Amino acid sequence: MVAWTDFERETIKSIFGKLDYDDVGLAALCRCLVVYPWTQRYFGNFGNLYNADAIRANPMVAAHGKVVLNGLDKAVKNLDNIKGTYAELSVLHSEKLRVDPDNFRLLADCLTIVVAARMGADFTAEVQAAFQKFLAVVVSSLCRQYH
Amino acid sequence: MSLSANDKANVTAIWKKILPKSDDIGDQALSRMLTVYPQTKTYFAHFADLSPGSPQVRKHGDIIMNKIDDCVNHMDDLFPYLSGLSDLHATKLRIDPANFKILAHNLLVVVAAYLPNDFTPEVHLSVDKFLQQVALALAEKYR
Repeated sequence: MVAWTDFERETIKSIFGKLDYDDVGLAALCRCLVVYPWTQRYFGNFGNLYNADAIRANPMVAAHGKVVLNGLDKAVKNLDNIKGTYAELSVLHSEKLRVDPDNFRLLADCLTIVVAARMGADFTAEVQAAFQKFLAVVVSSLCRQYH
Repeated sequence: MSLSANDKANVTAIWKKILPKSDDIGDQALSRMLTVYPQTKTYFAHFADLSPGSPQVRKHGDIIMNKIDDCVNHMDDLFPYLSGLSDLHATKLRIDPANFKILAHNLLVVVAAYLPNDFTPEVHLSVDKFLQQVALALAEKYR
């Protein structure tokens, strides 16, 4: 069980409450595919990922960014049982999608940077700590069912 | 993952915007590292005050950032340029190189917050590669 302080709970809910999931989902996934191009290996059927502009304009990337953010939303709404909430997703990512779990951390880092860009000065060190703790729990829960 | 001509151009361009705010950015990056990754505080047991914005932290952020600023002008000879600093880190400071990555991440977060429109994915890629090269040069003499 993860111990969340009141500040952490409020901060996480507040951040996600203000995010445009469509915008941030696309921005984070696009950034991940550009900055860490080997992550493109999981998106062979996405068509044109040849350069940053193509990735940015790709509707499948946008759609998948939205899926990811909505997936994170489930964790935000179940902060006290992220592990349970993500049990099936973890099996999916390990058994079916076969994603190297290191990639979760790469996407998490990109999402952090996108949120920092959106929030500017409001993304203080303490807010960053709460946000990254949340993402670390998410990543850990997604890794849980790998064997 | 060596730096292409495009990477060097991207880094040079964004650093022109980073330089005027270099002190704040350096301070922010180091403070965030100490807050978000508390295990990094183990390297600063000799600092009286590790709270964000404390004079010692700020001064140290300046030192680090000034050196990274210099590295932008030495992208073609990073390894020779950082040879002495690498000796220092290897023999005296002995900072686990994993921490260079952690500091780099926090620097990227701060740059994103300060320059959201300039820090595009393409520029992020180039800066990430640059910082990775700096880290490699620093770790060169470790073993």
